[in-house]
Amino acid sequence: MPATLHPITKITGKVVPVPGANMDTDRIIPARFLKCVTFDELAGKMFYDERFHADGSSKGHLIDDPQHVGASILIGGENFGCGSSREHAPQAIKRSGIRAVVAESFAEIFFGNSSGIGLPCVCANAADLAIINAKLAVHPETEWELDLQTMQLTDGATVFALHMPAEPREAFLTGRWDAVTELMNAPARVEELARTLPAPFYTPSNHAD
Amino acid sequence: MGKTLYQKVWEAHTVGALPDGRTQLFIATHYVHEVTSPQAFAMLRENGLPVLHPERTFATVDHIIPTDNQQEPFADERAQKMISALRSNCREAGIRFFDLSSGQQGIVHMIGPELGISQPGMTIVCGDSHTATHGALGAVAMGIGSTQVRDVLATQTLALSPLKVRQVRVDGSLRPGVTAKDVALHIIGRLGAQGGLGYAYEFAGSVVEQMDMDGRLTLCNLAIEGAARCGYVNPDETTFAYLKGRPYAPKGADWDAAVERWKSFASDVDAVYDDIVRIEAADIEPTVTWGTSPDMSIGISAALPELSQAKNDEQKRAWEAAYKYMKFVPGEQIKGKKVDVVFIGSCTNGRMQDFRAVAPLLKGQHVAPGVRALAVPGSQMTAKQSEEEGIADIFRQAGFEWRLPGCSMCLAMNPDKLVGDQLCASTSNRNFKGRQGSPTGRTLLMSPLMAAATAITGNVSDPREVFHDTQF
Repeated sequence: MPATLHPITKITGKVVPVPGANMDTDRIIPARFLKCVTFDELAGKMFYDERFHADGSSKGHLIDDPQHVGASILIGGENFGCGSSREHAPQAIKRSGIRAVVAESFAEIFFGNSSGIGLPCVCANAADLAIINAKLAVHPETEWELDLQTMQLTDGATVFALHMPAEPREAFLTGRWDAVTELMNAPARVEELARTLPAPFYTPSNHAD
Repeated sequence: MGKTLYQKVWEAHTVGALPDGRTQLFIATHYVHEVTSPQAFAMLRENGLPVLHPERTFATVDHIIPTDNQQEPFADERAQKMISALRSNCREAGIRFFDLSSGQQGIVHMIGPELGISQPGMTIVCGDSHTATHGALGAVAMGIGSTQVRDVLATQTLALSPLKVRQVRVDGSLRPGVTAKDVALHIIGRLGAQGGLGYAYEFAGSVVEQMDMDGRLTLCNLAIEGAARCGYVNPDETTFAYLKGRPYAPKGADWDAAVERWKSFASDVDAVYDDIVRIEAADIEPTVTWGTSPDMSIGISAALPELSQAKNDEQKRAWEAAYKYMKFVPGEQIKGKKVDVVFIGSCTNGRMQDFRAVAPLLKGQHVAPGVRALAVPGSQMTAKQSEEEGIADIFRQAGFEWRLPGCSMCLAMNPDKLVGDQLCASTSNRNFKGRQGSPTGRTLLMSPLMAAATAITGNVSDPREVFHDTQF
């Protein structure tokens, strides 16, 4: 159980674009990488089949472009992280060095999984994302700053507005993004519900009814 | 002002508000499987936390198991390690595990309803996005990640924010040869793969009311493919008739009380929805996907869309990429495309009614030369029933490989994989790039009827034409 709080306010660093709508979690981390009982092996594997041919040679993806290598912020499109609920997707992203994802919108499950592991998913509007991607095409080496307090992303020259629902933002700013500690604070009420809400229970079918 | 089922279930399971404003929601029923739970059990061990309510968690093994030979140890050492980890985790925590030897193993979204564990008015979660399936029983069911699996194991609760509710009404009469799968693909095509973001879908209207439970399970299963984290159907007599007598359903006097309670969760007639979408049943054709997102679909008779038909630049780029990957050309017909593999199965279409619908059509027919056809029942109970009804033999005689239960070629975490750029007619739920186990494999999503027709001709086919003597 996390005893200490880890507030997340600012993320700075290089930015890498992974454009396109409906970026599904199979593309973020193909199913064959899910054959593991821990998440430890996922470092460096994000977007594997997008980046590498079957023989392991590079497809020249921007993630592997020397100018983007080491990026802290990833830029996506609409409905980023759709499909499978595999937490392996945000885990692979986080374990590959990314500290925040900015996209037009996020699939619900991906958003929840990311929040729970301290990887903020923040929305920007489509027009701003187009400008950000255009800037990255010219200056991939720029260091950007993402601020959850002011809800702004900036390259030092231009400031872009970011959006996030109030609850997860509060969770990041206060360091309460790993919910399990909070969820242990109301045991009496939980037990009351456990007593009153029916649980599935095996009963033989030869019971007279 | 009336309430929706979603609101009623949410309120009944609310523990309280968390400091950040989210709701702490009690989870009535939790399913775990071998892929997304070992990390959660490991986190519990690291923190010395016990499983709080093991009687509310149920486990099975589905994603990684081979469907040809389930003799252990499996050839794949990693798969063996995963099933072994689940076994010991469940034993240690006192969690009921429907293991291979139980006669009740199967895809988690198959066995929950089949065993009567998933019931109306429950909150149901599992580390799997297709948990939406269980909403067909009138439950609020949704997929979660492994950290949330840990939260449920440790606290029987989750930190969540409520979704909005969109009623999706399908009224009128379905045309012959049109199934729940076609209805779902049609809805996703119309609203978009991202259309349900922020919503739970309440499926309603005369078509849904008349749909059998297996059809409703298919429909709710695919809610997530339209970005709705959960989909549900209000509980009614069809629901109660389905649950009656199932192993985990209440019995005797408890049954009558349960039915009364379940009825109270149905949306009120004056419930207020955040949105309502109306679909005319007659507009739905046997539907097939052509691209790499479930919303890239067309009626079987239609031509593939021209790029100029894209509603914006974003969609145009997505279509271009999809055409390149699928090796198709705008304007051509999907009907007649030669396929390499046919897969009938998965948590979407691996149910009894799916096999019952197809079996009579396969009698006296044979899979086309050069086509590999797999039929994979979703659970041991469905497999057994299929044997008893002679359905399995019909599939075998028609040239299908009749396999042992599992997720199989839906996501190819077991040995059932496409090879190279094979084209697969599949009754599963995702046509994502590489989904069926080959990074260049190509998937066409369709109903079991269309898959059967396609297996026989070897080309993407309209079931109404191939089985023209049949009254659907």
